[in-house]
Amino acid sequence: MKSPVQQLARSWQLQALFLLPLIYLLVFKYYPMYGAQIAFKNFVAVKGIEGSDWIGFDYFVRFFRSYDFWKILGNTIGLSFYHLLAGFPFPILLALSLNFVQNAKFKKTVQMITYAPHFISVVVMVGIILQMLDPRAGLINRGLMLFGIDPVHFMAKPGLFQSIFVWSDIWQNVGWGCIIYLAALAAIDPALHEAAIMDGANKMRRMWHIDLPGIMPIAMILLILNVGRLMDIGFEKVLLLQNPLNLRTSEIIDTYVYKVGLASNLVNFSYATAIGLFKSVVNMFLLLAINQTARKFKQESLW
Amino acid sequence: MRADHARKVRLMDSDKAFDLVNHLFLLLLVLVVLYPLIYILSSSFSSKDAVVSGEVWLWPVDLSLEGYKAVFRNKMIMTGYANSFFYMFVGTALNIVMTILAAYPLSRKDFYLRNFYMFLVMFTMIFDGGLIPRYILVKDLGLLDTRWALIIPAALGVWQLIIARTYFRSTIPNELLEAAQIDGCNDFKFLGKIVVPLSAPIIAVIGLFYAVGHWNQFFNALIYLKNKDLYPLQLVLNTILVQNEVTTDMLADVTEMSQRQGLADLLKYSLIVVASAPVLAIYPFVQRHFVKGVMIGSLKG
Repeated sequence: MKSPVQQLARSWQLQALFLLPLIYLLVFKYYPMYGAQIAFKNFVAVKGIEGSDWIGFDYFVRFFRSYDFWKILGNTIGLSFYHLLAGFPFPILLALSLNFVQNAKFKKTVQMITYAPHFISVVVMVGIILQMLDPRAGLINRGLMLFGIDPVHFMAKPGLFQSIFVWSDIWQNVGWGCIIYLAALAAIDPALHEAAIMDGANKMRRMWHIDLPGIMPIAMILLILNVGRLMDIGFEKVLLLQNPLNLRTSEIIDTYVYKVGLASNLVNFSYATAIGLFKSVVNMFLLLAINQTARKFKQESLW
Repeated sequence: MRADHARKVRLMDSDKAFDLVNHLFLLLLVLVVLYPLIYILSSSFSSKDAVVSGEVWLWPVDLSLEGYKAVFRNKMIMTGYANSFFYMFVGTALNIVMTILAAYPLSRKDFYLRNFYMFLVMFTMIFDGGLIPRYILVKDLGLLDTRWALIIPAALGVWQLIIARTYFRSTIPNELLEAAQIDGCNDFKFLGKIVVPLSAPIIAVIGLFYAVGHWNQFFNALIYLKNKDLYPLQLVLNTILVQNEVTTDMLADVTEMSQRQGLADLLKYSLIVVASAPVLAIYPFVQRHFVKGVMIGSLKG
């Protein structure tokens, strides 16, 4: 057995290559974790992160007791679950459907078109949503007026915010989301299908009894991943879709942190960090717990 | 024999129905995805009167380039465009170098402390220091309100790192390394002369992902930049498309109020097209690379 110093020396060239990335990780990923201690301090810029005074859990208590806490937590989890449940089946459906298309050209075309919106930037996407839903000249309202329905000011209705967010996201990402399922379907042994055909199974039955079970493991993994990211929703898109009229349902933890910490007149770094830290910790435990449960049920797990 | 035949016929009938429904479903989906895009494209090529009075449904009405003229006349948009190209090229170049430097050692079994480093990488995926500590760091480093604020903090993506590492591990045979070592080749030379040239496909894939990421990046610019001359396109778009602040110099030619509203709307459609054009123009040619990236990324690390 060689000593650590000898081992380091032996692999010094690889260590040298890794040096820059290591510095990057320590500075830009780990130093902010260290800096998160200001959640427990009364951060004063001139005193710096270390020099500021400890105050314990005051800011956490303040957040939990604040009038906004339950509303924001509810919005975050509600939007997340809605997104998760509504968004989950569509890519699977598309993949199953594409898998039975024999005409290669048609298949390629459908893929090309449905993948494309994924690359639209979030700002442009929100721009498109706002143009489409515009109460005066928006396409949707003009369509409604054709049927004699009065125009609706969609973005001003708090009750519609979550649906606008979720369904535009499905529109944008259904194609991209199906790629991984298509790969899983391609890996299914064709002999299974041949045997099923011999037994007189039609396409519907083969889809139900062969394809669907075949992609279940990967679907489970993705579901686990998404539940673990329950508190991380498309924060930029939520922020951009927000307006004073829909704030009641559109304020989530991330947007609140941004406002408390950076975008208000009275910024409070410590308070905002405490809220963000609360989210990070909940997220971490969710991911670990979900992975543990999945393991117990002998399902696919991440590690 | 006859029963068997009848069963086959029944089977073919039900499969035909399935195919029909299946194709109709896909066709419907394509329409749903495509229609808004066509509508935006058509609106952007219409006249402002047609847009404001809602005459556009599918094809351009009164074909005109007014909207595009307004876009290209605007200095802020053009500066944003140039800035975004800068951030994209410089940022992606740095990303690729950093990703290779990180991924190659991590792909080597004889890399001392490899598991510890890998843990360092993976842990950043489950825990995050948060927005404010990151902001304080960027501020303390003096990067605030400089171009580097958009490049250095985003120098390395964990997801791309894992893709590259998986690729190196599965395509660079160990024998190659051993042979090179016998010939006196060190790790630096091996990486530069053999690994990188052999990995051109994966470098293209991660480069594309990084490039699109930089082009579409918006939030970092929002919090780190105050100087409007440094704004990337997405931040300019935010002002015009989302905050709805159409400045008067964009509408210079038009004086009448209703006309202005029309041009403001038209400008937005043209802007959406212009902003998405670079990515969507290369997209058909590189689509399979993106798909490949997703496939490799989905393999367990």
